[in-house]
Amino acid sequence: MMQNPHDDPAIARRRRWMGVLAQAPRETLERAWRRFAAPPAFEWLRRPETGLVMTRGRAGGSGRRFNLGELCVTRAAVRLEGGAVGHAYVAGRDGRRAELAALFDALLQQPTLHDELERELIGPLAEAAHAAREDAARKAAATRVEFFTLVRGEDA
Amino acid sequence: MNDTATLPGFADPVHDAQRAFRALLDALARPGRIHRLPPPLRAVPGLGPAAAALALTLVDFETPVWLAPSCAPAAGFLRFHCGCPIVTEPEQAAFAFACGFAELPVLERFALGTEEEPERAATLVVEAAALGEGRALRLRGPGIAGECRTHIGGLDDEWLAARAMLHALYPCGLDLFVTCAERVCGLPRTTRIEPPCAPAEA
Repeated sequence: MMQNPHDDPAIARRRRWMGVLAQAPRETLERAWRRFAAPPAFEWLRRPETGLVMTRGRAGGSGRRFNLGELCVTRAAVRLEGGAVGHAYVAGRDGRRAELAALFDALLQQPTLHDELERELIGPLAEAAHAAREDAARKAAATRVEFFTLVRGEDA
Repeated sequence: MNDTATLPGFADPVHDAQRAFRALLDALARPGRIHRLPPPLRAVPGLGPAAAALALTLVDFETPVWLAPSCAPAAGFLRFHCGCPIVTEPEQAAFAFACGFAELPVLERFALGTEEEPERAATLVVEAAALGEGRALRLRGPGIAGECRTHIGGLDDEWLAARAMLHALYPCGLDLFVTCAERVCGLPRTTRIEPPCAPAEA
C-alpha cells in the first residue's frame, strides 16, 4: 500500500514550494526564468489548460463540508530533459503563469538547483505572501467593530 | 508511481483529438474500412499508437478501463491523461484494451448493455498482429453495401464464433476496434464477420 503522503517530508517540502509558486505573481516568475543564461529544455506533458474546480469549505473549520463555489484554475505539466516532472495548478486563466510554476516545480526537484532557487525565489516569495497576508489582516483588524450589550439587570 | 505517467499525449491535443474522433466515428459508420489515427508524441508502452490515440480521444473519468496483462504498463499514462479509473474486472469496464484476441476473457464477462441502455456495453480495443493483411474476412451489416472484405491477422474461428453468438442479443453486444500500429478498423456489434468461403446466412 502507498504510505500516507502527509507523512513524507519530501512531499511536505514539495507541497510547500508548489503552494508558494501557485500564488506567485507572473512577473516574479518571469524575472527568475530570465536569469537562466540558457533556459532549461523541457517538453510538455500537458499544455496549460483552464477549467473549473469545486472548492470545498467547512464552517468554522470543523463543520459539515459544503461546496463553496467553483474556482477557475489553470494547470500544466512539464518534463525537463533530465526526467524531472513538474506540475502546477494556479488560480486564474494565465497559462504562462501555470507553465512557469510547473517549470520551477521541476527545477526545484533538481538537487543542483534546489538550494539556490529556494534561497532566491521561494524564500522571498513566501515572505512577500506572508507580509501581504499580515497587511490585509491588519487592515481588516483596524475596521473591527466590537459589540457590547448592556446588562439590564433583570437577571441579577 | 507508474513511469508511463510521464509520457506526453498528442502533439496538438485539441486538433489531434478532433481528427481522431472523426476517424473513429467514420470507422464505426463504415465497418471494415481502415483509418489512420494521429499518434501520440511518443510510443506508449503497452499500447500501440492507434490504441493510445483512441484512449486519449474517447476515455475520460466516466469510463472505467480494463487492461489485459500486456497493456498494463499503460495504466499510468491513461490515469494521467484520461483521468480514468483502471478496473481489474472486465464486468466493470467501459473500454477494454488487449494485445491480440487471445488476451480477451470470455466475451460474456464484459458489460453487454441492456435492452433499455444498450450504450452501456463495453468497447473492445484489440491490437492485431496485422491489419489490411493476414486473414481475409467477409463483412456484412449496416454501413456496408452488400458485403466487403478486410484482412485481420490473429483472428481464429473460435473467437469469431464466440462473437457471432452475441448477434442474437442485439441491441446488446460489444463494439470492437481493431488496431495495428497507427491504423484502426471499426467492427460495431451489428457487423457480421465471416470467413470468405462460408455460406451466407439467410
